[in-house]
Amino acid sequence: MGNMEFVIEAEGLTKTFGSFVANDNLNFNVKKGEIFGFLGANGAGKTTAIRILCGLLLPTSGKISVAGFDVYTQTEAIKKHIGYMSQRFSLYEDLSIYENFRFYGGIYGMSRSKIKEKTSEMLGRLGIESLRNSIIASLPLGIRQKLAFSVAIMHSPQIVFLDEPTGGVDPITRRQFWEMIYEAAAQGITVFVTTHYMDEAEYCNRVSIMVDGRIEALDTPRNLKDKYQAKDMDGVFLKLARKAG
Amino acid sequence: MLPIIFIIPIVQLLILSYAVTFEIKSIRLSITDNDNTVASRRLAGHFRSSPFYNIVGESADQRDGAEMLHNGSAHQMIVLLPGFEKALAKGQPAHVQIVTDAINGSAAALMNAYTLQIIGDYNREILAEVSPQAGMPVKLTWSYWFNPQLDYKTYMVPGILVLLVTIIGMFLSGMNVVREKELGTIEQINVTPIRKHQFIAGKLIPFWIIALFELAIGLLVARLVFSIPILGNIFLIFVVASVYLFVVMGIGLFISTLTNTQQQSMFISWFVLVIFILMSGLFTPAESMPQWAQNLNIINPIAYFISIIRMIMLKGSGIHDIMIPLIILAGYGSAVLSLSVWRYRKTI
Repeated sequence: MGNMEFVIEAEGLTKTFGSFVANDNLNFNVKKGEIFGFLGANGAGKTTAIRILCGLLLPTSGKISVAGFDVYTQTEAIKKHIGYMSQRFSLYEDLSIYENFRFYGGIYGMSRSKIKEKTSEMLGRLGIESLRNSIIASLPLGIRQKLAFSVAIMHSPQIVFLDEPTGGVDPITRRQFWEMIYEAAAQGITVFVTTHYMDEAEYCNRVSIMVDGRIEALDTPRNLKDKYQAKDMDGVFLKLARKAG
Repeated sequence: MLPIIFIIPIVQLLILSYAVTFEIKSIRLSITDNDNTVASRRLAGHFRSSPFYNIVGESADQRDGAEMLHNGSAHQMIVLLPGFEKALAKGQPAHVQIVTDAINGSAAALMNAYTLQIIGDYNREILAEVSPQAGMPVKLTWSYWFNPQLDYKTYMVPGILVLLVTIIGMFLSGMNVVREKELGTIEQINVTPIRKHQFIAGKLIPFWIIALFELAIGLLVARLVFSIPILGNIFLIFVVASVYLFVVMGIGLFISTLTNTQQQSMFISWFVLVIFILMSGLFTPAESMPQWAQNLNIINPIAYFISIIRMIMLKGSGIHDIMIPLIILAGYGSAVLSLSVWRYRKTI
């Protein structure tokens, strides 16, 4: 176990598929309670890295620990302490909101009363208690995304991984979604989020920018803007991407 | 996918064309000779020298033959009554009883046609030697056991009930896992600390209950609409079905762990199912298949269950008669389920 301050430690994380290098020697640490933005264009290797950190995929090499557990040998222990919201929408569409909460809560070993309590608390915060028994398929995308996030953190994980959580939703919902992320961080949940919306990068405590499988920059948004003399993160990203191209 | 599309139909063509046959090549015959004279032994000799008959029992007590018909080790029993030779000598009718296991009505009719031909040959010999003017010397009494009217439905319906639970079990459980792969929900499941056996159990139990429920409805329809006799214990049918479902659902789940789309899973399940169904003895007698095909049936769960359900429903067989196939099914079920738990990967 490394430094207690860090919940994710990656040293030389490398993943190859045949001759294709998806992640090339990534080095980064994520602090407890931090909102860590993991940026990059489509195909830059974000999803591969997030899958490795979640124990869905084994890395080719590197020394990586998540929540103090090793990603090679302790994947199931990692899974107890993380939440995950994938790019593809992943609640069961033919179940109701409450059934989804009950199902995922049950997997994490939460008691029935705890699940009930947590569900009404979270639905209350979203202001949709009346939809408790609605089938997911009948809900608009924005609400579904917020629900998927709620389900991902209902068991109070140490870290929640969000893989492009705001893809395809309107700006207002994106805004609300980020408010939820801040609330989660305020409760001490570390947030590891990938996105390709550069305006969202401004909301993160620190961001890393991936280009072609490598981390090209890693710092706070302010420092990055200073360093690359850009007025916003879009500018930073374009400069880095152009350099690589 | 492309190789599967080409290979599977060819494999089916080769296996099924050789294996599935309506011919009966080896009739298992039990002979009870209560006359025990030169004439009676000569008739028995006719059966013995025929390539279509396989003499599985010879006894002076016809209860032995009846027992063999009950436990399925004989298809047909022939009883030569005392006074056979004397009657022939006097030109009186000599009585022979033929008892046939008629669970498979069409096979029974075919077996009787063969038997009739052999008796006919014998008759002509006797006529040539003794008195060409007399009538047919040997007088036959037929009886069909387990399905006296040779009713096709009596034979088919229990087998179709088996198909019903098989299709529910194999397709629904397998499709369900692959559907989660297609929707992406499986990824969400895989990042949770759920144990592999818990996941498989979750995919197994609901469809297991549904299939047993369908079997109950099917049995009710068989009884009420088709008046199929259920001589044995209904509870025993459900015990066997419960065990059997683990086998077919295990196969379905195993296929689903190997495939990525419902289309692939459907195609492979269908291939396995068609071979298993056609070789199972549902339509054609499984015993007349070539030996290699019968060996293949060792891994055919449908063949086991069809033979067991016919025994229970039509013969009234009890737990002792079906113990061995039941144990085989149980072992088979645990093997395929372990295999699918092992093969299910929580990583990509």
